[in-house]
Amino acid sequence: MLVQLSHPHRQVEIKGPKRTKELLRELNLVMEAHLVIRGDELVTEDEMLADADQIEIRPVISGGA
Amino acid sequence: MNCTKCPTSTRAVIGLPRHNAAFCKACFTTFVHEQVARAIKAFKMFTPEDRILVAVSGGKDSLALWHILLALGYRADALYVNLGIGAYSEESHRKVRHYAETVAASHGAKLLVHVVEQEAGAGIRELATILHRPTCSTCGTIKRYQFNRAAVEQEYDVMATGHNLDDEAARLLGNVLHWQDEYLDKQSPTLPASVEGFAKKVKPLCRLSEREIAAYAVVNRIDYIVEECPMAKGSKMILYKEVLNRLETESPGTKQRFYWGFLDKQTTPAPATESMAEKDQRTLTPCTICGQPTTAGTCSYCKMMAKAKTAAQPRA
Repeated sequence: MLVQLSHPHRQVEIKGPKRTKELLRELNLVMEAHLVIRGDELVTEDEMLADADQIEIRPVISGGA
Repeated sequence: MNCTKCPTSTRAVIGLPRHNAAFCKACFTTFVHEQVARAIKAFKMFTPEDRILVAVSGGKDSLALWHILLALGYRADALYVNLGIGAYSEESHRKVRHYAETVAASHGAKLLVHVVEQEAGAGIRELATILHRPTCSTCGTIKRYQFNRAAVEQEYDVMATGHNLDDEAARLLGNVLHWQDEYLDKQSPTLPASVEGFAKKVKPLCRLSEREIAAYAVVNRIDYIVEECPMAKGSKMILYKEVLNRLETESPGTKQRFYWGFLDKQTTPAPATESMAEKDQRTLTPCTICGQPTTAGTCSYCKMMAKAKTAAQPRA
């Protein structure tokens, strides 16, 4: 599956099928700090993601000072 | 994972371990609105008659806040401060303008804009260089000043910011780590207009995590700037948030207990203090077996050893 990441903006190819939480673990990302979006819909951590899916992993942490 | 609230168990779009719940789109939107309504009521933020000025940046928190307040029927206009950070400011300004024109205008709400470069003659980066100050600190001073000035001059009853649970927990962690107790009072979700010239300031998103607000924005199709401010890279606040998110992952509800516990302690009068020695003298007596101090008749050690000896005795 094609996974789009931010900060910095980049794309990686990950082998599916795979559950959301397994995908995050493989990329060493914490669920609490990210949203996983398939197409334009949010998915939960137990959702099975297929090879053909377009996935965006969106960071949610922001803030300066 | 199915929605834990729906009788028909619709597919959930988000799981919330700290609430031991999962919600579909509709129930999640209701949950977020209820959390904001509870914060507004609990901290006496404003009434439906009040005019509210929302500080918007183009990010998820401030645009979601504006969206929620309008959805709840409040009279909320917004102010955007263009900081002059090149393409980042252009993009965030475009997102705010787009939201104002496509959503807020239909509620009769308007967008005010202040451009730093027009008044100061330079953008935030140039000003920070001239003043030999960190950019985030220069930015914070300018935004606080301009939002307060607009709220006071245009006679808004209250100014609302998009500070969320993560912002407040991270700030609290920073303040406690460095024992900056003079800043703790400012962590209340409602700051009164203490003197002439200060607007009342409120944080209606203080019960919601950063992830919940981002999810609300996605579910409700709010087009916000995902890109992080280029000036915030490597900031301490982001480090504190990362640490707290690690703890939250291991123990859901940590951020909430940390910040809400602090607020509870702030509002609850401290009981009469008793020193540790005074308390020990009042509660401890010698153990009936060994004589060491204990709150019970027989101390835990002697009880444990007696039990072990009984268990170790061979059965007849």
